[in-house]
Amino acid sequence: MFYREAGDFKTSYSDDGQTFPIAFDRWRYYAVMAVAFLVIPFLINDYWEKSILMPFLVWSTVAIGLNILTGYCGQLSLGTGGFMAVGAYASYKLMTAFPELNIFFVVLLSGGITALVGVLFGLPSMRIKGFYLAVATLAAQFFLVWLFNKVPWFYNYSASGQITAPERSVFGILVTGPNAAPWATYLFALVILTGLAWVARNLTRGRVGRSWMAIRDMDIAAEIIGVNPLATKLSAFAVSSFYIGVGGALFFSVYLGAAEVGEAFGIDKSFLVLFMIIIGGLGSIFGSFAGAAFMVLLPVLLKNVLVGGLGWPTDLAAHLQMLIVGGLIVLFLILEPHGLAQLWRIAKEKLRLWPFPH
Amino acid sequence: MRDTATVEPMLDIRNITLRFGGVVAIRDISFDIRQGEIRAIIGPNGAGKSSMLNVINGFYHPQEGEIWFRGKRRGPMRPHEIARQGLARTFQNIALFKGMTTLDNIMTGRMTRMRSSMLEQALWWGRAEREENAHREKVERIIDFLEIQSIRKTPVGRLPYGLQKRVELGRALAAEPELLLLDEPMAGMNVEEKEDMSRFILDVNDEFGTTIALIEHDMGVVMDISDRVVVLDYGRKIGDGTPDEVRNNPDVIDAYLGVSHD
Ligand SMILES: Nc1ncnc2c1ncn2[C@@H]1O[C@H](COP(=O)(O)OP(=O)(O)OP(=O)(O)O)[C@@H](O)[C@H]1O
Ligand SMILES: [Mg+2]
Repeated sequence: MFYREAGDFKTSYSDDGQTFPIAFDRWRYYAVMAVAFLVIPFLINDYWEKSILMPFLVWSTVAIGLNILTGYCGQLSLGTGGFMAVGAYASYKLMTAFPELNIFFVVLLSGGITALVGVLFGLPSMRIKGFYLAVATLAAQFFLVWLFNKVPWFYNYSASGQITAPERSVFGILVTGPNAAPWATYLFALVILTGLAWVARNLTRGRVGRSWMAIRDMDIAAEIIGVNPLATKLSAFAVSSFYIGVGGALFFSVYLGAAEVGEAFGIDKSFLVLFMIIIGGLGSIFGSFAGAAFMVLLPVLLKNVLVGGLGWPTDLAAHLQMLIVGGLIVLFLILEPHGLAQLWRIAKEKLRLWPFPH
Repeated sequence: MRDTATVEPMLDIRNITLRFGGVVAIRDISFDIRQGEIRAIIGPNGAGKSSMLNVINGFYHPQEGEIWFRGKRRGPMRPHEIARQGLARTFQNIALFKGMTTLDNIMTGRMTRMRSSMLEQALWWGRAEREENAHREKVERIIDFLEIQSIRKTPVGRLPYGLQKRVELGRALAAEPELLLLDEPMAGMNVEEKEDMSRFILDVNDEFGTTIALIEHDMGVVMDISDRVVVLDYGRKIGDGTPDEVRNNPDVIDAYLGVSHD
């Protein structure tokens, strides 16, 4: 197989700016899309949906969101779980208040509501950065979870304090509730993620993405060449929270079906997503997918190999998983801040030059 | 030497005083910058040169004094607003966007000229793509001009110092500024690199008619390329005039030789 850009000359700036400048990459991308849309829906079963595919789609959506804020714009956030909860509770309130509203719009509106909340909690970024901002977002995390626990209006005064997703359908096909078919929930989440990933790619390739990265790399210089720091940071908070809110809405309504806020959207989720983008690659859309895939697959793999294969006790496997993740985080932070995405790029670089390294 | 004396000042700095707590960085300084000239600001370390540039582009706010730009008094403004009035600058300690490529750094310099909305950007539709390509064309011209074609796609963090300085100039030029402020553009460069940089500065001034104010320690370079020179020492202005006038000014000679008049 020839992985080459030779003879693949760019004759316009549009061509040069495209997402996959090398023809081989483009074809691989089409192949992945074809498998995702045309093959998997026919093969999917309950196990694959619940343990691998749906978590992967949901966490990818959320990871892209956090990566926009933290990886692209450099604003560290520990409020991801809380913002997912906003998306989840918004979708719950919308579904129960407007039963006629299509679930597709419910999910997008939930993202919109989360974006507004995100902007609100992003306001402190005007004055504080780094560690202090992280603490402020941590406060947001705890406040939001507390709020959804304390105010019964959010869970419609249900006795258990839980929220449960009613059945909703798209084109007459159920996508929420216990009776939804695996292929339907999968396709629904896939369509949304594909659209959002495309938008994220567009935003990060042009003016908006460059202003985010400028603020991340050198905020003073950014301001001096005309980037409005507050507007830029708030736009990152808004877009990021939109994605996280959509992810939260999907997580609750399509994947879990029922949720209790502290359990589903606790601080552990904030860290989980942060680990995903660190391992996958900060400032990379592809890295968000890679990190989500890694964090979803690792426990499944360990469980199958160690517990299922070698007969280890479950808690030992879980501890080993924490060890592996912790070690990898440290390793990536020290050695390769751009994560799996960068390793992939380097591997491709090597392959492109192979067998002549110069 | 060009005759710029009859032209109205583009930037008029009147009685600026800037204090940091007890430290007076700039003490009642006035001078002007005329349309189309290369204006040098010189002086020993700590004289207040960089502080002056920071006042001009709105990063520091002086306690006293006024700044007049194009015949209008400038009110309190944020640096990003001042950038939109046509001011661009480079920094004494390079302030590039380290994680971005040369191309992206320079494209960012055109920020103030991009108009497409967030929605258009999100859908890469309408103006978004057209605008990107139009600006890319301008940026490619700057890349050609500065002779940095080969590092177009290199993250700037990996470039050697001299090239970083050049990319930073490119980023400032990308804004097509009316007034370009350069803080020690040749610091730390060897003779050859300094010659290149001098040539770029003269070409920018010549070809685009950009007014330039630059801080530089290398007297040879300053005397060669500037139309007028202002000399600062301990936050005061001690000389102002053509290179020849400044060279023969006794106060300036003393400041540089470290002698004091009693
Ligand atoms: N942000 C600041 N806070 C406190 N003091 C400052 C600040 N910026 C500058 N100063 C002080 O103002 C004075 C002038 O500094 P400035 O950087 O303008 O000098 P300079 O002429 O650019 O010197 P150099 O040639 O070393 O770059 C110095 O005494 C410096 O310590
Ligand atoms: Mg200085």
